[in-house]
Amino acid sequence: MAMAQEEISAHISPARTILLRISRYNPEHDGASTFAEFTVPYEKWTTVLDAILEVKKHLDHSVAVRYSCRQATCGSCGMMINGRPRLACFTKISELDSETITVEPMNNFPVIRDLAVKFDRLFDAHRSIKPYLVREDSETDTGKEFLQSPGEVEQYIQFANCIKCGLCNAACPTMATDSTFVGPQALAQAYRYVADSRDKGKDSRLRVIDDSHGIWRCHFAGSCSQVCPKGVDPAMGIQLLRGYMLGFR
Amino acid sequence: MRESTIMKIHYGTAIAAVALVAVHVLIRVTHGFAESLEYESVIANYRYVPYAIMLELILVLLSVHGFNGLRVILLELRQGRLYEKSVSYGCMAAMIGLIAYGSRTIIVTNMGLV
Repeated sequence: MAMAQEEISAHISPARTILLRISRYNPEHDGASTFAEFTVPYEKWTTVLDAILEVKKHLDHSVAVRYSCRQATCGSCGMMINGRPRLACFTKISELDSETITVEPMNNFPVIRDLAVKFDRLFDAHRSIKPYLVREDSETDTGKEFLQSPGEVEQYIQFANCIKCGLCNAACPTMATDSTFVGPQALAQAYRYVADSRDKGKDSRLRVIDDSHGIWRCHFAGSCSQVCPKGVDPAMGIQLLRGYMLGFR
Repeated sequence: MRESTIMKIHYGTAIAAVALVAVHVLIRVTHGFAESLEYESVIANYRYVPYAIMLELILVLLSVHGFNGLRVILLELRQGRLYEKSVSYGCMAAMIGLIAYGSRTIIVTNMGLV
């Protein structure tokens, strides 16, 4: 037993450390953001969120961060990690291949404090595109399920994986300059419902995004698709939706 | 007008302009490129009705496409109801002005008033 214990402990690598730079900013008091630096131990499996929580637990409990599920499902812990929008719970420190990790609040979102940002604009835009099936009857009224073929499901299913983390909006260059742009998240979701064969509300939904700050302002930079942690391709959804609106149906 | 209608016009004018400008360039290359901007050559082009019509079409297509492009860029730069209305109407007025001025040149020359 003692031998086995020794063998196991011999395989555990000694904890390495990284320099974690956390952006600190309180809009009520501070004129500009500053960086607080912490040396944090990490293992192969330590995520950036784990490191931030380590700081909160042992070094500075006042760091503000939003998180919940810790498994890339709730979309709460989006932030800029070494300059790129990522989920902190889904980003291992060992994968970043850097001695220093800088975490900042997501771009294109107003800061509440430190790493926590306001999601109002994202949720308002999401709500505006009617993210639900629009039709007069329902499965409960008719007592019949609205069946779809595998091909019909294939049309939209990848877009249904969106967890509303806002990383795509943080990466979008148009969001940075156009304060009323709908954003890739809402546009991809608009396509998700337009492409759904059960939906009957295409006209009302498309009217919302057919605006001077709607779908036509996308520059097709494609950065939204690069940063999505769930493999959704908002840039493709936007182009397909544009095609639909131009008459390629 | 809906933005999708505006963008259909935007894309349509771009495609049509590329086609017509290609014809224009081909004609210039095959009809003495070096003399293209000589006085007699320019007057002769304007007086040849089919060519004058093509130049007028290029003027309209590029003006519509260009000023709408400028409107889009300016709308992304800043937001606000007054600013956006000013940009939209300003670009439309500039487009009409440019088309009117260019058309006047083509028509006046074509009619032999120069």
